[in-house]
Amino acid sequence: MEKKIAIIDYGMGNLKNVRNAFNFLGYDAEITGNYKNIENADYLILPGVGGFKDAMLTLGQKKLIEPIKDTIAAGKRFLGICLGMQLLFETSEEFGYTEGLGVLKGKVIKFDHSVIPLIPHIGWNDIEILEQTKEFNGIKNNSFFYFLHSYYCVPEEDISTAVCDYYGRFTACVKKDNIFACQFHPEKSHTAGLALLKNFINS
Amino acid sequence: MLAKRIIPCLDIKNNEVVKGINFEDLRSAGDPVELAKKYDAELADELMFLDITASHEKRKTILELVSKISENIFIPFSVGGGVSEIEDIRDLLNSGADKVSINTAAVLNPDLIDAAAKKFGSSTIVIAIDARKIGDDYIVFTHGGRKNSGINAVYWANEVYNRGAGEILLTSMDRDGTKNGYEVQLTSSVVKSVKIPVIASGGARDAKDMEEVFVDADASAALAASIFHYENSGIIPIKQYLRSKGISVRL
Repeated sequence: MEKKIAIIDYGMGNLKNVRNAFNFLGYDAEITGNYKNIENADYLILPGVGGFKDAMLTLGQKKLIEPIKDTIAAGKRFLGICLGMQLLFETSEEFGYTEGLGVLKGKVIKFDHSVIPLIPHIGWNDIEILEQTKEFNGIKNNSFFYFLHSYYCVPEEDISTAVCDYYGRFTACVKKDNIFACQFHPEKSHTAGLALLKNFINS
Repeated sequence: MLAKRIIPCLDIKNNEVVKGINFEDLRSAGDPVELAKKYDAELADELMFLDITASHEKRKTILELVSKISENIFIPFSVGGGVSEIEDIRDLLNSGADKVSINTAAVLNPDLIDAAAKKFGSSTIVIAIDARKIGDDYIVFTHGGRKNSGINAVYWANEVYNRGAGEILLTSMDRDGTKNGYEVQLTSSVVKSVKIPVIASGGARDAKDMEEVFVDADASAALAASIFHYENSGIIPIKQYLRSKGISVRL
């Protein structure tokens, strides 16, 4: 049966590149901001680059917050990428304090400029896999992935499956029930990234 | 650890790669998508496309090309050449470019940097600086290196950083095409004046030049064109050399 992949469109960042990666892997993927398509999909992808607050505002305006939370609660496979990972948490300290989707317990905080010379964290960084979930099938520990962010997630639960070291360790991937999320961009991370996307659909 | 990046640069004219190509395999060497796929397979960390087409059809053809590239390679890539307005940036990003490189237009209209960074995010905006040494100073040149702007390159780098640029592509015009190695002094001065990544460009001959600009100038990335277009300067052997010298690279 054809697997329905919906990439949630809320006007943040380049969604086309996520679709290109799925197409390259042989899957159809629909970029959509329609809640019915989101409810009907087998897999939901929440990508995004940009500001947390803008993203929550746009999701609210498009009336997508409840459909996303409902489908996650109903057990649908969900992949959050970069900002799409951060939005899953309860709060972000961007512009003081912004509430997120609150599906995962924890917060999103900014890299500390007094410790880190270059922010954003841009480029290829290796990750340490803490828990070999199916998403990492065939991916070697310490593989490099492409990162592009100024904020990172601090989960309150023990859900980190990979960490990254950039002047200190932070959570690179989380997995909880039907949710998998990564701070890096798998769609821009060459063979390792494509393998992860394929594993997500097949796991 | 964050890896130092190796970035092949492809000059595009009328949808063909035009600079420093080994034309043994004309068909594949001239096709930007085929060459991009080759570099992608050889573990290039990123690609830089510079559109030097001079025609009215320019925008349409480059956007089609960008779209095709984004369907075939899954590493970040930047596109530059003649970018002068917010609409140019938006069109390139919407077609699939990850970053857009701005050169002359930023010097002529520095507010474009602020506006672009605010609208699309700093991480998508690369400011390209072409610099030439005059006396003891490095001076910014525009219009493909033909026009002296009179602006000090280190001052300008700091200015574009403060205006929201996400990265600086720094080309030494004195070294470009010479294979005498990167201009380490210029690169180091610029790296020290900003808190964003600096891509060194101009003069690369081999892996040792890249080692020098990574270690002595602390550049975040090394860009080169002609040396990559020859099989004997493959990216993987360069990275193996850099790793043997203790430099973090993606292999």
